[in-house]
Amino acid sequence: MSPPPSAEAAEWQGEYVRYDLIKELAIALAVITALAVVLTILFSSPDDPPTTIQSWSKADPGDFLTTAVSELDGSSEIATYGPPYNHTPDAAQKIGPLCLQCAPGVRIPIDTARDFVVDPLKTVPGNPALKVALAAYSAAPAKQRKAWTDAYTAALPKARFVAGRVLLPAGDYGPVAPMMASLVGLAQSGGLDGVMLAGGHFYQTDYTKPLLFLSGGSYFEDRATGQHLLGDQWGMMNETGSYPGQVWLWLYTFWYQIEPFKSSDNADALIFALMAALSLAFVCIPFIPGLNRLPRHLGVYRLIWRDHYRRVEQGR
Amino acid sequence: MWTTWVRERAVGALPPDKLLPDRQPAYVSSWIYVFGVAAIASLIVIVASGAILGLKGPNWWHVASVGRFFNSIHLWAVELFFFTMVVHLWGKFFMAAWRGGRGRTWVTGAVTFLVSIGAAFTGYLSQQNFDSQWIASEGKDGLNSVGIGAFFRVPDFGQMYTFHVILLPVVVVALVIWHVLLVRRHGVVPPYPAKARPAPAAAPGDGGPS
Repeated sequence: MSPPPSAEAAEWQGEYVRYDLIKELAIALAVITALAVVLTILFSSPDDPPTTIQSWSKADPGDFLTTAVSELDGSSEIATYGPPYNHTPDAAQKIGPLCLQCAPGVRIPIDTARDFVVDPLKTVPGNPALKVALAAYSAAPAKQRKAWTDAYTAALPKARFVAGRVLLPAGDYGPVAPMMASLVGLAQSGGLDGVMLAGGHFYQTDYTKPLLFLSGGSYFEDRATGQHLLGDQWGMMNETGSYPGQVWLWLYTFWYQIEPFKSSDNADALIFALMAALSLAFVCIPFIPGLNRLPRHLGVYRLIWRDHYRRVEQGR
Repeated sequence: MWTTWVRERAVGALPPDKLLPDRQPAYVSSWIYVFGVAAIASLIVIVASGAILGLKGPNWWHVASVGRFFNSIHLWAVELFFFTMVVHLWGKFFMAAWRGGRGRTWVTGAVTFLVSIGAAFTGYLSQQNFDSQWIASEGKDGLNSVGIGAFFRVPDFGQMYTFHVILLPVVVVALVIWHVLLVRRHGVVPPYPAKARPAPAAAPGDGGPS
């Protein structure tokens, strides 16, 4: 036998008033539409143009080359990222002993040297010297390649850029110097944007490769810093300019501002797990003993239903 | 007959005067009740402006002033949607609106809020500007860290756009319809019983759905 319904489940036995739900929705729709139009007229919406590899390589060729050579020698953030891009040991984040990042494996394989440097350079037509450089780099032992890229990286702070040419102090850069010179030329012409996006297809909507390459440079991050979008600037809830962004993510971004998350190598995974647990608790409030009785003790309901309680008091 | 069974179940659960009542308990005379319907109104504006943006294609608002206008309407309607929904949720929390067998009403509302965050997130990723580039660059780390990024690929505009214009809006609208039908079926939660004098009365069914 099922228990009798509580008084709160039963139909209200007290006073009723006339109420037009459709009219209420119509008025609400008119007011919200008017508010959206007024806010649009007053503030419009932000639309900062995207960073392209072309704009980056033109604005800051030094940063572009520093990033490109780190992709070539495998020392960049993406080259050492771990799943889902590559198999770098111990790079994945963990929640205690649990490595959820490892679970799917490498599902979006990225070889930064091949995908960001060597393969794009192979598309450059009519440059025999580049072909020779690529062949020399490809045939060289790993130790020799590292010596060339290390020398090139060390020389970059002293590099000058004149009329689209990279001028470096004398040094043994091997084929890395002509490869990088061709790459920055390809980038400045806009060709590298197209090569990275195309992937052999005419239609393409996957920006993974160009975005990962862009995100390796400080130019991209500096632009975000100027727009207060970094994690330590509460950037997750911010928008470019002075617009309200995803304000509803305030709690998510809050955890990144405090210890132990702030300095943890596993901050992303830990905060995701914490927010998943909090979200589940939020959904299940009606079924959590104690929490489901909290509103009774807070007493805010007396403010919400103050007219009702006043009527009840007057009726006694 | 299946059709008869469905009709009888539907009409039994929600007879017309319960589905579209022309009266409400007198305690529903508080401004807090406005925010629920305001959230629905905001959702209607979001869907309408989003449909116009979708019809013209994702590049339109970058190159046409009319497109920018509708994009701005879409953006501000989203901000109003979240504002009204959050006030509505806080109001329902303070009322303990899950009392009297209304637990599912709370759950559908709370899940709607969480799914809406996903819908907004994919919208920000679909803007095709610097903001969406940066959000994709940062968001991938959070999602990769728990293995989701291998499947839900934020730098893939095609995937994010599909989630934003079809999959998640369908879920949000379906949840809102379900939520409203539950409200209509179970009615608006009544106030806690007033404390009797001199001794406080017990609150029947206090705490948790029955």
